[in-house]
Amino acid sequence: MRKLTNDQELVEAAGANIGEIIENLETSYPGIKERLCDQEGNVRRFVNIFLNDEDIRFMDDKATAVKEGDEISIVPAIAGG
Amino acid sequence: MDKNLSPYFTHLKCRECGRKYPKEAVHVCDFDFGPLEAAYDYEAIRSVLSRKVIESRAESMWRYRELLPIDGEPTVGTQVGFTPLVKADRLAARLGVRELYIKNDTVNYPTLSFKDRVVSVALSRAREMGFKVVACASTGNLANSVAANAASAGLKSYVLIPADLEQGKVLGSLVYGTNVIGIHGAYDQVNRLCSEIAGKYGWGFVNVNLRPYYAEGSKSMGFEIAEQLGWKLPRHTVVPMASGSLLTKINKAYTEFQMLGLVDAGQSCTIHGAQAAGCAPISGAFKRGTDIVKPVQKPNTIAKSLAIGTPADGYYAIHVMRQTGGAAEDCTDEEIVEGIRLLAECEGIFAETAGGVTVACAKKLIEAGKIATDQSTVLCITGNGLKTQEAILGKCGEARLIKPSLREFEELIAGEVAAAQ
Repeated sequence: MRKLTNDQELVEAAGANIGEIIENLETSYPGIKERLCDQEGNVRRFVNIFLNDEDIRFMDDKATAVKEGDEISIVPAIAGG
Repeated sequence: MDKNLSPYFTHLKCRECGRKYPKEAVHVCDFDFGPLEAAYDYEAIRSVLSRKVIESRAESMWRYRELLPIDGEPTVGTQVGFTPLVKADRLAARLGVRELYIKNDTVNYPTLSFKDRVVSVALSRAREMGFKVVACASTGNLANSVAANAASAGLKSYVLIPADLEQGKVLGSLVYGTNVIGIHGAYDQVNRLCSEIAGKYGWGFVNVNLRPYYAEGSKSMGFEIAEQLGWKLPRHTVVPMASGSLLTKINKAYTEFQMLGLVDAGQSCTIHGAQAAGCAPISGAFKRGTDIVKPVQKPNTIAKSLAIGTPADGYYAIHVMRQTGGAAEDCTDEEIVEGIRLLAECEGIFAETAGGVTVACAKKLIEAGKIATDQSTVLCITGNGLKTQEAILGKCGEARLIKPSLREFEELIAGEVAAAQ
């Protein structure tokens, strides 16, 4: 995915919730949204998004509120076992 | 087509979006991160594979080789599989069902667990791809199997395990001269580290970059069950779940056999999943009525071989159970020990903790009416109890000690002999 962010590991993005942040990322780094979300706009099954280490699936998913300074990690699911 | 390539195993395919990938050491879709799975030309297989052809072959998992993802002949683990399917009448009576079978992989060759099946495929494929070093992340059984099969194939191996595994499982890897690396952390942390190592070192990790090949080996358990039942599918199958992969692959095996006409199509075959309560992310999600699997951060169960907190195939396992009318169940450590003892005392089969989980959960599913008492049921018993002795130490009584004296012996058993006669 870093191919889409000019090899940057850490990027800044604005938005009041995860959904808005994904939209803003798409503006800055075109192509990133379709990697993260399916055609219905839901976060893909094998993509994990963590807000300050908590999986957004167990909060409000894309509606999870984000405040200034929060850290969001995007981590593909790890196969194994 | 290159004559060295299998005409049956055609490509890898993303389980999510269906994108096709060449048969390489890749396991994740570049586009959506979905897992890759082996795909076959079933028409070509149908034209060569019949019950008669299979029955004419040696009694190993490789009698179904057109349905396993390698190009040439298997070179590692050629004698793996075809373990006994035991009609378990005494256990059936105890559980209150009429027709019960144990698929007994406690005696799988060479390392006494179903993992020899997956490793046989993964290492045969690793050799075809030219890997010199093979490795795995493991809760124990897989490490034993990679170590043993790599030794016999002359491959260098590294096995990475949680540091707190049972002694039998640690020693059962070390003896083969492999490199055992114990990680201070849970399996999921071991797994994460392995995916970083696989990317950096270019080793063949059987359950990371070789996972599409490895996972298919589990189908052989399902193929064997169907053949050993006289080319029939069981009405119910109870499968232990760690990553959930075995359950999905047994379902795939049953589906492939129906599709190829090797068993009658359209039979109902319900698949149930079993977990330990101390690490039950899949059965927890199933019972909540969702398919979103909540990771278990700190698994706490004696069934260490099933202690995967972030199960890679949990989502798919839940869907297989729902689609086949099955259910998920989980059980406590005490119930696991009871399950181990029940199987041993009724059938003379000493299973590891995962086997105790399967028996205990089957008992619950029968009591809840989810397995009807007049329908055939197979329990998948996947590993040997000699490897997890700590789990039952002191819980099956103690040896009674006497001097080598007939008098002492007779005093000891006086009451028992009278009672037995």
